[in-house]
Amino acid sequence: MDVQGRSLTPRRLPLGTRPYALLAPGTAWLLLFFVVPMVYLAKMALSQGLFPLFRFDWAWSNFTDSVSAYRTQLVRSLEYAGIATAVALAISYPLAYWIAFRGGRWKNLLLLLVIAPFFVTYLIRTLAWETILSDGGLVVSILRDIHVLGPDGRLLATSAAVIAGITYNFLPFMVLPLYVSLEQIDPRLVEAAGDLYANRVVSFARVTLPLSLPGVFAGVLLTFIPAVGDFINAQLLGTPKQYMIGNVVQSQFLSLRNYPTAAALSFVLMGAILVLVLVFARALGTDRLTAGAAP
Amino acid sequence: MTAIEAAPTPRRGEVAEYDIRLIGLTKRFEDVVAVDGISLDVERGRFFALLGPSGCGKTTTLRMIGGFEEPTAGRIELGGVDVGGLPPYRRDVNTVFQSYALFPHLSIFENVAFGLRRRGVRGDELRRRVGEGLELVGLAGLERRKPRQLSGGQQQRIALARALVNRPRVLLLDEPLGALDLKLRKEMQLELKRIQHEVGITFVHVTHDQEEAMTMADRIVIMNEGRIEQVGTPSELYESPRTSFVAGFLGVSNLLPGTVVGDDRVRLADGTEVHVPREALAGRSGAVQIGVRPEKLRLGGGEVNTLAGVVSESAYIGVSTQYIVDTPAGAVTVYVQNDRRGAEGAAPGDRLTLGWSPDCTFVVDVQEDS
Repeated sequence: MDVQGRSLTPRRLPLGTRPYALLAPGTAWLLLFFVVPMVYLAKMALSQGLFPLFRFDWAWSNFTDSVSAYRTQLVRSLEYAGIATAVALAISYPLAYWIAFRGGRWKNLLLLLVIAPFFVTYLIRTLAWETILSDGGLVVSILRDIHVLGPDGRLLATSAAVIAGITYNFLPFMVLPLYVSLEQIDPRLVEAAGDLYANRVVSFARVTLPLSLPGVFAGVLLTFIPAVGDFINAQLLGTPKQYMIGNVVQSQFLSLRNYPTAAALSFVLMGAILVLVLVFARALGTDRLTAGAAP
Repeated sequence: MTAIEAAPTPRRGEVAEYDIRLIGLTKRFEDVVAVDGISLDVERGRFFALLGPSGCGKTTTLRMIGGFEEPTAGRIELGGVDVGGLPPYRRDVNTVFQSYALFPHLSIFENVAFGLRRRGVRGDELRRRVGEGLELVGLAGLERRKPRQLSGGQQQRIALARALVNRPRVLLLDEPLGALDLKLRKEMQLELKRIQHEVGITFVHVTHDQEEAMTMADRIVIMNEGRIEQVGTPSELYESPRTSFVAGFLGVSNLLPGTVVGDDRVRLADGTEVHVPREALAGRSGAVQIGVRPEKLRLGGGEVNTLAGVVSESAYIGVSTQYIVDTPAGAVTVYVQNDRRGAEGAAPGDRLTLGWSPDCTFVVDVQEDS
């Protein structure tokens, strides 16, 4: 085998460098498509001038100016994304729980149904919601008939519509990690809790829930982070009154060509997300996030 | 006293106390009958072993007692109370699971304290009892560790402590030693026995390892195909098995077909008549099998029962020599103790006579499916 192996690969890398060789493609990818753009973006965030002549001159005021100009949209983004994430969690946890513990032989089919929306483009799905929620649509007329909505009440162009759209679009990102972490729980642990006098509620609170926290953590991040930066839902299901920071960044970049403000806002958003994620991880406890992973 | 059909005989007027009574217990999974109408009385403070090959229904029986499976038919009484329909958390039993099922996210202290906390034990009392539990299994001082930081043997002991600190009426053990290596398993067998003596709680231990059952239990229940074959002390089961399954499952035995010709005599296939204890025959007539354990056979006559044969194989094991002797009544395995230096043995091809005492003979029914 050894002799054969050598004849096939005449020039072998020294043993110590092989791990680095394996890392090389990934490193190159990250450098090219993450580090370089980030450096460019950072430079842009500290530049001044008009398109296309931007000058780098440590313009820290870009940050303070853009934040004070667009504080409303920034706060609204965090608010919408936070509510959408909470609603998605509330819908997904029972769903993932049911599939993991009661799904039986239908498990795979049910999971397929969860990700089925992905077979349709994000934009098309959101446009479909626009139709569903439109003033002449079935949902609105039913809600008007049962007097949940007033005679002139609408769904489209409200905060609720935008939040509902975000929730719907990112739901699978919440369900899948939750399912994985719940599915990994050894049913014997739940039996053991029952054996040790824990009823169903206590057994869930003390065993199932803590062991599924890694899934909750992953699901919340995967939903919240893209939701904060989303602009499609606000654009299609809302009005400028519902615009989020993503809409601002998009228009600053593409319409107004004000690259420095757009770049500064992007960094502010990144910073805000990073801080929130760290606080969240701290609150759940890193120890608990890894406890369920080991067999 | 543990017999299935015989009525229990209370001693000195006191009523025998049963921690567990199973009455006609049956469990069907779709069209498979896992447990087929078994009845069993488990006296307080005993170490019972449910022994049988895999798929014999022993684990299902244990899970029904624990409340993890609902019986299809029959009753389970714990301490004289019917527990039918009660969920596991309302039953006064605790289980040591095969895979230990320690909570990976909790410390050893919290694992052991889990049941006590559910019952409202707090503060000093909680710390004291958890400490006692860990001491009982020899693992005091590991309170802050997580289960994954412990070895398999240590996890096993924690699982035991976690169950025992609750002082249940009955401790159920579901092949708890199966995952340990041989040396550790032997150690834990003696340890479990010591702990059982110390705490005096009734243990019901499921195993497929006959040696393990013999070492630990003071009552063995042999199960096969969902039924109880025989219940008794290890020596009762070994010396007088009642069925060919028990004779074959527990140790090695020589079974020879024959016909009953008197109330204490059986004629073997070659015409030899042998004496058997009257009570072993128990009124049987017609075709039976007689059994003799290999170590009960002697090379040479001088006994009431004799059988002539030719040695076909011999193997020197050290402590004993094992022979296979072909006789007209069937092939027979013989163990001869090497209790003297250079003892003269027999060689393959030697013609000799085997002898044994009628006391050492048992009788079982002819196996239907062989």
